[in-house]
Parts: sequence; structure tokens; C-alpha cells
Amino acid sequence: MSVLHTVNKSPFERNALESCLRLAKAGSSILLFEDGVIAAMQNTKFSERIAQAMHDFSFYVMGPDVKARGLGEDKLINGIQVVDYNGFVDLATEHDAVQSWL
Amino acid sequence: MKFGIVINEGPYTHQSSDSALQFVKAAIEKGHDIFRVFFYHDGVNNGTRLGVPPQDDRNLTKEWSELAEKHGLDLVVCVAAAQRRGILDEDEMGRHGKNAHNLAPGFRISGLGQLIEAGIQTDRLVTFGD
Amino acid sequence: MENGEGVVKRFCYINRKAPYGTIYALESLEVVLIAAAFDQDISLVFVDDGVYQLTKGQDTESIGMKNFSKTYTALGDYDIKKVYVEKESLEERGLTADDLQALKYEDEDDDWAEKDSLFLVGRSELTEIINEQDVILSF
Repeated sequence: MSVLHTVNKSPFERNALESCLRLAKAGSSILLFEDGVIAAMQNTKFSERIAQAMHDFSFYVMGPDVKARGLGEDKLINGIQVVDYNGFVDLATEHDAVQSWL
Repeated sequence: MKFGIVINEGPYTHQSSDSALQFVKAAIEKGHDIFRVFFYHDGVNNGTRLGVPPQDDRNLTKEWSELAEKHGLDLVVCVAAAQRRGILDEDEMGRHGKNAHNLAPGFRISGLGQLIEAGIQTDRLVTFGD
Repeated sequence: MENGEGVVKRFCYINRKAPYGTIYALESLEVVLIAAAFDQDISLVFVDDGVYQLTKGQDTESIGMKNFSKTYTALGDYDIKKVYVEKESLEERGLTADDLQALKYEDEDDDWAEKDSLFLVGRSELTEIINEQDVILSF
């Protein structure tokens, strides 16, 4: 079984990402979208945590949400793959289930 | 692949309906089948036809209605959640002695069993919420 | 069951929010009660603030809202036998199992003996449980 985890909240606002990192099985994928994209940025107090977690998880970030917020794809943590909604759909099909961390 | 979509928040306050709409459009474009879109919690508010967003803004309800018409989407609003929040179709209006109904075209009101059925019948259930 | 065509999937309901402050706990419970009629393999998970949904002694009289906490103790009658509470979430909140309502079911295969349906599970065990599910609904 492989699960795609989605996180749509900023780690500065909610514990969704933290809970996801805590409970997702190593080898899972994590898609950051909506305000969740904030966690994908370099130089935040969460960046190191994400970089560490990249040993266990594949990270994806919703490009359109990054762009909408003016965050700049060049400022994303290295190794996080940028996807669009097509990519989101593909990720959903490539995994066995999708868990939204609401 | 067969997808079920769950939307748990109303339009505008949260991005969930927008994200779901983009996801559904992309999935259809890729040739996937959207078995059902289920609106729950405040998500039922996506089903009111009485919203009048500013002209330079998107009209999410209208977009869902149009997408449903174009692709035969099954847009289901949870009856229990809808009753609480004042989303009624004509039947519900009659049943509860109200003098108006507001369910937008392309949406239908039904029970929570439709959500469970979507979970059983689809390959993937994707939830959008707060 | 209704259009189920005999398919049995593993459904997991993940609850992460405290009751009353938002409607998610109540409406999650409403889904679970309906889901019980579909003969699927149901697991309920309570993590983070979701563990507060199960506390004993809830009294909503002064806030004017319906107290739905007793419904959790009726889940056994709906044949819901797997309720998982994350140990660490309890500990972080200074709670123990004694702060939670007892959840039981009657085992029809064991002369209707009353058994616990609430299981305290550690983080890693819960990770495995979640990872085995076919359908995950979060509230």
C-alpha cells in the first residue's frame, strides 16, 4: 500500500503537516497545496524539518498555489517536485489511497 | 480511473471548492471518470443558486453547475448538512413547509449513504476541506 | 447493501478536532453511523485534538449545544469494533485512558461477551493501521 498525503495548511497556522509527518509511513508521498505550500519554502523555521523528512517521503508542491502567493519557485526547498493539477491527479492515481490532513 | 470527490467547505471562505474544481477539470481532461462529487459540512453551501459574487470574481456554484451539465457530473449535497444550513430543493421546501428553495442546477440532495457508496465504488476518494 | 455489490473495503475515519468548537466531530459521527449500515470494514481513529471527542463527563448545557458524546458509547451497537486512540496524543494533552469513555461491543461469536472496542495504540502502530486502508476520510 502506498498513500498520497495532502496537506493544505501552513505549518505556522496548524499542526496538519506535523501530524502528517508523524503518522505517514516512510515511503509515502506528501503533496503540499493551498496554504500548505508555505512549508515548501526555504529559510523558514520548518525548512530543516522538511529537508530531514525528505529522507522518508517524496515531497510535491502545487505550483499554481506557490505562484498565486508570490512565493517564487526558485525559493523552494531543493528536491521538492513542483506539480500542477494534472500532476495532482497523476499522484492520486499512482498511490493506493489519498489521505487529506484536514 | 474512477474518482470520488468530497468537498467539506463552502465557497470563497476556503480554497477547497476551487482546488476541487481544478482537480476535477484536470481529471476529466485526462480521461478519468468522476463518479460523484459529494458536498458535506459547509460544503453544501456550494449548492446555493442565490450567491451573487462580484462580476470580476469567479462564480463557483455556476462553474460546478456548468461542469456538471457538460460532463454529466453527479453533484450530491448531503441532506442532513443541507437542512441545517438552509440549502433546499423543491421537495425539501415542501417537506419542511418553507416558501423558497435554492438548490442550483446540476446539484441534487441526497443522503450520506451516497458518500459511503462513492467510497465503495471509486478507485480513489479525494477530500478537499479546511 | 445499497449498490455495494458485496465489496468490502477498509474505511478509516480520522478525527483530529475537538468537539463543539467546530461541527466536524458531530458530522463525522453522523457519517460513521450511516456507514455502519454498509457492511464495510470500519476503523475510527482519534488523534491530536480528536481525542477530546471521547472524554467522559461532557456537559454542554450551558453552551446551548447538543451533547452527542453518549453516541460514541453506542457505536458498539452499530457493530463498530475498532476505535483507535493514539497514546501520544493523549499523553501530550495530559490525558489518560481513564479520562475517556469506555467503548464496548458485544461479540456475537463469543456468546455476546462484552469486549473493549477502544484501543490505545502507539504512533508506529497507528501508522501501519492508516497505511492499510482503502478509503480514508478525515474530519
